[in-house]
Amino acid sequence: MHRLSVARQHGAYEMLQKALTMEPAQVVELVKASGLRGHGGAGFSASLKWSFVPKDKFPRYVIVNADESEPGTFKDRLILERDPHALLEGALICAWAVQAEAIYIYIRGEYFYPTKIVNQAIEEARANGLLGERILGSDFTCNAHTHPGAGMYICGEETGLIESLEGKKGQPRFKPPYYPAAIGLWQVPTIVNNVETLAAVPWVFRLGPEEFAALGTPKNGGTCLFSLSGCVNNPGVYELPMGFPLDGLIHNLGGGILENRKLKAVIPGGSSSPILTAKEARGIRLDFESVAAAGSMLGSAAVMVVDETISIPRLLLWVLRFYAHESCGQCTQCREGTGWMLRLCKQLLEGKGKSRDLDDLYEIADAVDGTTICAFGPAVAWPTKSYLKKFRHEFEALVRE
Amino acid sequence: MNGIPQGLEQKANEIILRYPPEHRNAALVPVLFEAQKSLGYLSPEVEAWAASTLGVTPVRVREVISFYSMMRREPAGKYHIMFCHNVACSMRGAESLQRYLESKLGIAAGEVTQDGLFSLAAVECLGACGWGPAMLVGEEQYFQLTQEKIDKILDELRQGRMPAGDSPTPLIGNVGLPTE
Ligand SMILES: Cc1cc2nc3c(=O)[nH]c(=O)nc-3n(C[C@H](O)[C@H](O)[C@H](O)COP(=O)(O)O)c2cc1C
Ligand code: SF4
Ligand code: FES
Repeated sequence: MHRLSVARQHGAYEMLQKALTMEPAQVVELVKASGLRGHGGAGFSASLKWSFVPKDKFPRYVIVNADESEPGTFKDRLILERDPHALLEGALICAWAVQAEAIYIYIRGEYFYPTKIVNQAIEEARANGLLGERILGSDFTCNAHTHPGAGMYICGEETGLIESLEGKKGQPRFKPPYYPAAIGLWQVPTIVNNVETLAAVPWVFRLGPEEFAALGTPKNGGTCLFSLSGCVNNPGVYELPMGFPLDGLIHNLGGGILENRKLKAVIPGGSSSPILTAKEARGIRLDFESVAAAGSMLGSAAVMVVDETISIPRLLLWVLRFYAHESCGQCTQCREGTGWMLRLCKQLLEGKGKSRDLDDLYEIADAVDGTTICAFGPAVAWPTKSYLKKFRHEFEALVRE
Repeated sequence: MNGIPQGLEQKANEIILRYPPEHRNAALVPVLFEAQKSLGYLSPEVEAWAASTLGVTPVRVREVISFYSMMRREPAGKYHIMFCHNVACSMRGAESLQRYLESKLGIAAGEVTQDGLFSLAAVECLGACGWGPAMLVGEEQYFQLTQEKIDKILDELRQGRMPAGDSPTPLIGNVGLPTE
């Protein structure tokens, strides 16, 4: 399937051909009717983003976000390795819809093998008139290139990604004014979409927008790739309708908890999402609204299962170690706060914590929340606060007065 | 040019073509990345060459190198191991497996073995959480690690062979993508 000949037997690029016979605005309308939402974390409407491109500004670019660095998330890897032509086709349809002249696929540096496969796919597509000048005999000319990251989580944030692509440190820009659709790569209109979002676009055309929408819930069109990891028997990537029950994912498909242990908690949307206790997680559905109503977020749909043997303070240590390492350093609260929280958490686990430290931890997290340039601040604050609030007893048990 | 790996110049010229001519400096990260792939690290000569080739200041090159965690200015081991110590892998025993790996290598994370054969880095999530514990050796990926699997990998590397890795990533879960 990663080979063009095989992919074409499965209908690859037929939907691009179809899209190229439509007006760009019609393409956006069709995607709108499908209810397709971004799979990169925020769940933003794909068609709405495409419609934000200012009418008179050229050139324009499409960036595929293949940074996949939110801990717990590993679904884009499979698309890159096994179905790169679906991604290229979707990205080209997007590029046609917004009249972009080039596509950059920003792939995290650790993805050596996936990058190799995508580069092969680009070569094959180019050699077969699917990329480059006058694609499929139309008037549309568009190129695609991969661009490697080099090991920084913050380059997954779209404006950090753009800075990184421009050959700089990947430090996020202020929004406003730097909404990429208006002022993006090299200051021109740029659509940044996640791999999975774009790879779904050919399916919107193949099934038709109504049928695609009907796969999910009224506000969440289509299916979703769930990355299931942690203490379950069958971790893996599961493609399921939006709104699939969490219990079914963990206990049926996921084969239940390792060694029949008890479920303690679930992190439903990557390490940046607030934790749900086993009780809160029971009975919820996996779509953006339902997970938000339960007090967390679907994010990148990375479901991490935490069983009774895992200590929540230890979990916090792993999470804080990550955020302290990855802060880009622009905002004082984020740079200093993450390091400080990590030190406090370490002290607690070493038995040197005081009960005052628990309040400090919470207050520092609160100070980082909502006061920073980018959403990295909340991404560290929310999990930290939720662990402390919901599992306070585990932290208190570590305190030596 | 002195100290510039063979073929890098040509590689860089190919990479530069991906960007509009007025934005050739966008090639900085990919070019440094390629340089490190062939040389093993980023030497002062490579830094100077990258700056002049791409028309950026040496300060900017240095700034970029220190920002990105995969870039290094010191040689690594012949086999550079990146071992994931993030949440999902840790829930599946990565911590004790890391200690095992460290004791087998006789070094801690961040160090290079005396014979220069191995270096070890404890890294954040590798995007392989469902197959954890996970690591990279050079450019090859190894998943579902156990002590036995680590033994086998190190044995082969010590004999100068690159062990078969987990590429493509095995399918687990129910992704309906047809295979060849
Ligand atoms: C700290 C941070 C890290 C992010 N990392 C990623 C990532 O690795 N991959 C991704 O697709 N989106 C990531 N995002 C979201 C992007 O900023 C952006 O919203 C997304 O790529 C848009 O694509 P979508 O609309 O298709 O979801 C991240 C956001 C933040 C704040
Ligand atoms: S919140 Fe953190 S990661 Fe985001 S811009 Fe500020 S310092 Fe950088
Ligand atoms: S946590 Fe180890 S690969 Fe994601």
